[in-house]
Amino acid sequence: MTPPSPPPRRTLADREDLLGALMLTPALAYVILLVGVPFVLAIVLSFSDATAGSLSFAWAGARNYAAILADPIFRRALGNTAIVTIGTQLLVVILATAAAQVFRATFPGKRFARFALLLPWAVPVSLAAIAWTWIFDSTFSVINWTLKAAGLLHGWLYWLGDPALALCAIIIVQAWRIFPFATVIVLAGLSSIPQEIVEASIVDGAGFWRRLFKVELPLLLPVVAVAVLFGVVYTATDLGVVYILTGGGPANTTHVLSTLAFQRGILGADLGQGAAIAVFLLPFLIVVAIGMLRLARRAEVGGKA
Amino acid sequence: MKRLALYAGALGFTVFAGFPFYWMLITAFKQNRDLYVGAADVHHVPWIFNDPPTLEHVKLLLGQTEFPSWVLNTLLVVAAVVVITVAVAVPAGYSLARLAGRWGERLGMGIFFTYLIPPTLLFIPFARLVSLLHLQDSLGALILIYPTMTIPFCTWLVMGFLRSVPWEIEEQAMIDGYSRLAVILRVAPRLIVPGILTVVVFTFTLVTQEFVYALTFISSVQRMTVSLGVPIALVRGDVYHWGALMAAALFTSIPLAIVYNLFIDRFIQGFTMGAVKG
Repeated sequence: MTPPSPPPRRTLADREDLLGALMLTPALAYVILLVGVPFVLAIVLSFSDATAGSLSFAWAGARNYAAILADPIFRRALGNTAIVTIGTQLLVVILATAAAQVFRATFPGKRFARFALLLPWAVPVSLAAIAWTWIFDSTFSVINWTLKAAGLLHGWLYWLGDPALALCAIIIVQAWRIFPFATVIVLAGLSSIPQEIVEASIVDGAGFWRRLFKVELPLLLPVVAVAVLFGVVYTATDLGVVYILTGGGPANTTHVLSTLAFQRGILGADLGQGAAIAVFLLPFLIVVAIGMLRLARRAEVGGKA
Repeated sequence: MKRLALYAGALGFTVFAGFPFYWMLITAFKQNRDLYVGAADVHHVPWIFNDPPTLEHVKLLLGQTEFPSWVLNTLLVVAAVVVITVAVAVPAGYSLARLAGRWGERLGMGIFFTYLIPPTLLFIPFARLVSLLHLQDSLGALILIYPTMTIPFCTWLVMGFLRSVPWEIEEQAMIDGYSRLAVILRVAPRLIVPGILTVVVFTFTLVTQEFVYALTFISSVQRMTVSLGVPIALVRGDVYHWGALMAAALFTSIPLAIVYNLFIDRFIQGFTMGAVKG
């Protein structure tokens, strides 16, 4: 008769809940103290008269909001943020779907093409923006030269000097830096479409366009949505492109929320008003967060089915 | 016909994506008299070297600007942020994937969502925090704040990575008599190494690209990072040294582009979460 084996040792070193909590605490503390608390503080500051000069601040009620809502520069910045964000996403979705159709095929030089495609995503925003500033230069713009040499341009385009053109320039740069990311995501989605479905549609006589619009795009919708949601965050909250390309000019016509918040809150030292302007980024972020949660839930449900 | 459309598409996208980099390259090595010819002159083709290339701008950049110290500052911040991120995010990711049970997924997603809170919302409260801690105009401010961007994403990356690592190896170690803690300290690290590598690369690229916080907190030229110093401090008043500017942009972009190419698939797995399976 062998004695029953002793029950497994239960020491502190085996307590999963304790170890788990211990290993998670630093990350949670960092995120709560340096993201959660500042996030709340950002909203609190927007109701205060805080300045960068002194640390004390008093409750100012909705005064900051009243001030910015009455300010045409702010209203313009809010509109610009919406225009740039939506315009960019439209362009990105078209470019990324088309680029994904190209890059799923094999062709000579694909490795090089793929490397070039990823460049805009890898380069720091601020350095890309300065390169584009040079490309859009009022005197030396290579775009103007090329259009002129091709006989397509008779006057002159002041890319960053004209409010409407400057917004176009901003959208072009934002779409340029985001579409590679979207393309790679859509490619990942394409490769996960069951091959039988595509083959079945070919057997049934669907041509390229029919297959694209009736079979693939509906199946791709969740991944395209992921790309758009990240795109919205990247565009709506970006400071670098507008700050470097136009600095909000000419005459404050191309400000977006982030550049205006920076100008008023940091450069102008009016933290309260800067915070109030930045708070208007929240609607964009809430839409994204809800979209993501829905997608995640769908993925969960789909995974179980 | 279909082949032709494919080549045209591939060429078009390559040119659109790569053209600013070609423009950096050609600007960085052009002589000034070749560079500064107004675009209204259609007979002077700006797309090619009309005069022999020159190293003048590169010499200016490396010898007469603070660019070398910006590179050093950037590397210093990268090193510090990598250490903090690995020390904090890797254990957290392990805990969420292996120890937290059914709460792990939800909590992980909660942490990931904080990645979406943008610097342009947080820079104002951080301005107060940084002045409270007397970290104005110091790389310390960046080292303190950058982990708020790297920790959420990297925790998520490590958690996702561990899901693809079979649990059996750790389970076997426990059957062999290791305590849970011993498994974490002696077995798990070997399994997570590729995940840690991704964390290091992500942190490196994010710190090198960051602009908003650097712009907010660093004002002295000699303390700037590359992504801040090049667009801000290489422009003196209205004088743009385009050759040197583009050389700096080019030298910074190339290593980043190579790193991205190697790690792209791992990043994408992090971004697409459950929406893409396989």
